[in-house]
Amino acid sequence: MLSIWKRGLLSNVSVIIDFFIGFFILVGSLFCLIATIGVIRLPDVYTRNHAASKAATLGVMSILLGTFLYFYALEGHFNSRLILGIVFLFMTSPISGHLINRAAYNSGVKLWDKSVRDDLKEYNKKVLEKSSVD
Amino acid sequence: MRKTNNIILETAVKVLLFFIALYSVYIFTAGHYYPGGGFIGGLMTAGAIVLLLITYDIKTVTKILPVNYRILTAIGLLFAIGTSAGSLIYDLPFLTHAFGDVHLPLLGELSIHTATLFDLGVYFVVVGVTMTIIQTIGEDE
Repeated sequence: MLSIWKRGLLSNVSVIIDFFIGFFILVGSLFCLIATIGVIRLPDVYTRNHAASKAATLGVMSILLGTFLYFYALEGHFNSRLILGIVFLFMTSPISGHLINRAAYNSGVKLWDKSVRDDLKEYNKKVLEKSSVD
Repeated sequence: MRKTNNIILETAVKVLLFFIALYSVYIFTAGHYYPGGGFIGGLMTAGAIVLLLITYDIKTVTKILPVNYRILTAIGLLFAIGTSAGSLIYDLPFLTHAFGDVHLPLLGELSIHTATLFDLGVYFVVVGVTMTIIQTIGEDE
């Protein structure tokens, strides 16, 4: 397949691949930019973390996918480390977001003034009452 | 004081640890032809153990991996000295490495370079020193 591309017999396929490479890298960098704007613009820790951990994860993953496609299609090199990186990032980034958020909540960082619900506060109060009864 | 519920981190670490350990072994073995080698592989293995230390406490980790890291450092230095001084027996200068085909019982015919054993020594020293530093800081109360 790759040798056919190199001889130019399937040049329209290689154009499609080129399009996908550019698409993935541009969309990934756009997602990263949006994540950065979200971190600057959003009001409190929790919403900022929401923006950073979701959008930046997807952005970096699609940049890595574009890089993988580039090396596979144009150089004929199957780089399994990039696949491993995609899987690793997909698993670790939300967990780190969760841990940062929980550490912020437990150390008493206030929610935004206009937020209306705090279920964890009520739950914590209930658990505390229960443990004092025991 | 309520014990914090760490189930998300603990479940994830059980999977992620294999990824990191596998990648560190890959980095170590690919060191001759690609970027990598004993130093980075050792640091990454130490990083995997540090991830275990973050998730669980120090007693659990010593139960999982009953390794004395100071002895590991000594073994690593012994590997490095041994492979370097082995050339003196054959009347060659210090640190001259050899290359040859070896017949091993399970793996069969293998071509092995003694520089890999030197690198294994570096790997052990890096893992041992990093873990000694981190554990002595962590145990301090």
